[in-house]
Amino acid sequence: MHCQLAWRNIWRNPRRTAVILTAIIIGVWTMLMVTALMRGVSNGMVKNAVSTLTGEIQIHAQGYRSDPVIEHSMTDIQTVENTLTDVLPEKAVYAFRIRVNAIASNARHSGGLTLVGIVPDTESQVSFIGPEAMRAGRYLDETDKNGILIGEATANKFDTEVGKKLVLMSQDTADEMASRAFRITGIYTAEMSSTEKQFAFVHMDTARDMLKLPDGISEVCILLPDGENLDRTASELRASLGEGFAVHTWREILSAITAYLELFDGFMMLWYVVTFIAMGFGIINTTLMSVFERMREFGVLKALGMKPWWIVRGVLTESVFLLLLGSAAGDLLSIVTVGVLAATGIDLSSLAAGAEFAGLSRIIYPSLTVTDVGMANLVVCLLGVVVCVYPAVKAARFTPVEAMAHT
Amino acid sequence: MMSIHVKMAWRNIWRNPRRTVLTVSAIAFACLVLIFMLSFQFGSYETMINAAVKIQTGHFKIQHKQFQENHNIRKTIVHPDAVAGILDKTPGIAAYTFRSRAFSIVSSEDRTYGALVIGIDPDKESRTSTLPDLIREGEYLSQTDTDKALIGRLLARNLKVTTGDEVTLLGQGRDGSVAAAVVTIKGIYSSGQDDFDRAGLHIPLAYFQQVYTMSGQVHNVVAIVQSLDRVAEIKQQVQARVQTLETGNSLIVRDWSKIMPGLKQAISMDLVSGLIFWLLLIIVVAFSILNTFLMAVFERTREFGVMMAIGTAPSRLMKILLTESLFMTVVGMGAGIVLGIFVTLYFQTRGIDIGGAGELLNQYGITGRIYPKLSVLSTAIGPAMVFVITFLAALYPAVKVRRLNPVEAMYFA
Repeated sequence: MHCQLAWRNIWRNPRRTAVILTAIIIGVWTMLMVTALMRGVSNGMVKNAVSTLTGEIQIHAQGYRSDPVIEHSMTDIQTVENTLTDVLPEKAVYAFRIRVNAIASNARHSGGLTLVGIVPDTESQVSFIGPEAMRAGRYLDETDKNGILIGEATANKFDTEVGKKLVLMSQDTADEMASRAFRITGIYTAEMSSTEKQFAFVHMDTARDMLKLPDGISEVCILLPDGENLDRTASELRASLGEGFAVHTWREILSAITAYLELFDGFMMLWYVVTFIAMGFGIINTTLMSVFERMREFGVLKALGMKPWWIVRGVLTESVFLLLLGSAAGDLLSIVTVGVLAATGIDLSSLAAGAEFAGLSRIIYPSLTVTDVGMANLVVCLLGVVVCVYPAVKAARFTPVEAMAHT
Repeated sequence: MMSIHVKMAWRNIWRNPRRTVLTVSAIAFACLVLIFMLSFQFGSYETMINAAVKIQTGHFKIQHKQFQENHNIRKTIVHPDAVAGILDKTPGIAAYTFRSRAFSIVSSEDRTYGALVIGIDPDKESRTSTLPDLIREGEYLSQTDTDKALIGRLLARNLKVTTGDEVTLLGQGRDGSVAAAVVTIKGIYSSGQDDFDRAGLHIPLAYFQQVYTMSGQVHNVVAIVQSLDRVAEIKQQVQARVQTLETGNSLIVRDWSKIMPGLKQAISMDLVSGLIFWLLLIIVVAFSILNTFLMAVFERTREFGVMMAIGTAPSRLMKILLTESLFMTVVGMGAGIVLGIFVTLYFQTRGIDIGGAGELLNQYGITGRIYPKLSVLSTAIGPAMVFVITFLAALYPAVKVRRLNPVEAMYFA
């Protein structure tokens, strides 16, 4: 019955209810918008990094990660391939790569970069490089034994273009300096210019030939369907590959991003609490006022024999209704706003260099998770009830005589 | 002499002290949070900038106009001593140093990598950058060293070398000749910034000039000024004086924001996103306040009816209400500013431990603690925004009161 009473009470003064609901809605909306933006930023960072060349899981020979050279290659490809077919879920895709540091030079310039030997068809399924990333020229195909793909930033730095020559040097398996001239087949663009500066792609067979590595690879890069069961798949791979191989998930490889994600949850909580305090003052104030306005009513109730605890419960139930209503409406508003913003994304292109420095993608798509929404509502409702205890207790303390004399 | 409506407003707000205190607290809280957070942001930017400039770029650099584009070894400063003379005479410069650099092939016994070889003046460098403090193994270069080198931790790991090992440098000299040298690793440095620790190795400038046939020329003059706020002004002075040199027309002065546009933009982006956060926070506070103002007006409808019935003009009523809200805002702002300054100063002297985010922030050159930096700007922006928004929030009920009908208002229960 007291629920019914409380529900009717809040609609006795619709104007006040509207005011207090607006405050809660704005509060919840603010909390969620900030979270959605930050979520969008971190999703972008992860997506960016994963599609750059990281993938979701990487397999290397033991020792390659701390010393990425050609002698730390995986030579037993058959075992790797069998394990992958056994362990990976059906829709997972993977690509083999050779990846070594190299020195590139042409007549005008020389500089260091990373030489990546790829199988053109499979590589375009796991990372950003593919026909769509090409700004000029074309993507590699099976016949391009002397072709190389370089980033736009590298092309600018070397003052070169499609069709020109570029010489690459790197250490081969015999510890000799291997060098080879390539012809630029295509120039790609990437989300970040640091990617464009760093990577040059050649055909896997060419890389093997140049580095005198008959059948090895440096790296396996795996993408899981929807990133599901990341840790489980990784540990299964680890178990079945055994010694001599190192399996890492993107969380281990991109430690800076992982650290950021951990920081993010703490920041979000802090933000919720700060916003709540700002909004809490309004809630206490309005509730107090409604209590004082109804002083006479509480006096009468008490004179009729209502226990003080019932009055506290009554006022708190009213607050809970208001908080729940407000949160629900706030959630709805946020979801709609995020939906609208996410449809187009927020373009940061005008600040591209800054975005890149901070590791952000150029377009941010705000997004919300169920946990974010749940946390925000929890904070609002829980703290909301806590702050309303004060007016509720105040209401219960009115003495009947005093209260009824009050006009 | 206080006018009557000011007096009325002041007394009105203390008729319900509980409500006033709560409203004032909301305003004070907003001011406090904003002052602290803005100071924190400004402080961390300064930490970032100073960390970044002290590791590599300096507050500003003097170099050949075309050097930045592709770091061509032939684009040099021909008379570094003349430039030094100018810097010596410019007040406000804390230190400066000469550097030269060349991309070279660096080989150890079993590895070969492409890396940057940087020539530094050991003494001057130690006054300009934090390099000597970053040595983790071995020792920093001394002024008399010749074929000795400092190497980054990651490059050392890649090359599989440690202190005492020899590496071979192979590059191209300024005159196009082959530059080759064998140097012994004297120290290994680690800055926490992977890019820097992987990039290259440092050798004494005099030796660099000899190996790369620089004939006394350098690529960069890197300067540190005493205070970050004066960079622009000092840069301009130096720019003007450099132009008067014999080879001055070929030289350019670039400050840190030009050398690292990413850092500058990242800061402005962080500032903008910060402002959006705080604006949202203020909107929440504004609703809190609007809430209170509105309720106060509803509650006092009867009173306003009576006042109007005895001849108070609606404009006067509005004036009283606005003055009431002004009082609350000013009191709240005052309290918030005082508290904000207090809290910020406390953390400014103690610093804020950022242990958990260490690895992430290392990449931006921030280590250990962040110190908020209280400034007039960081103290003023937040409260100013709060003032504008609370004024707008108060305007609505004040305008509403003008439309009251005395008879209806008096019947309002």
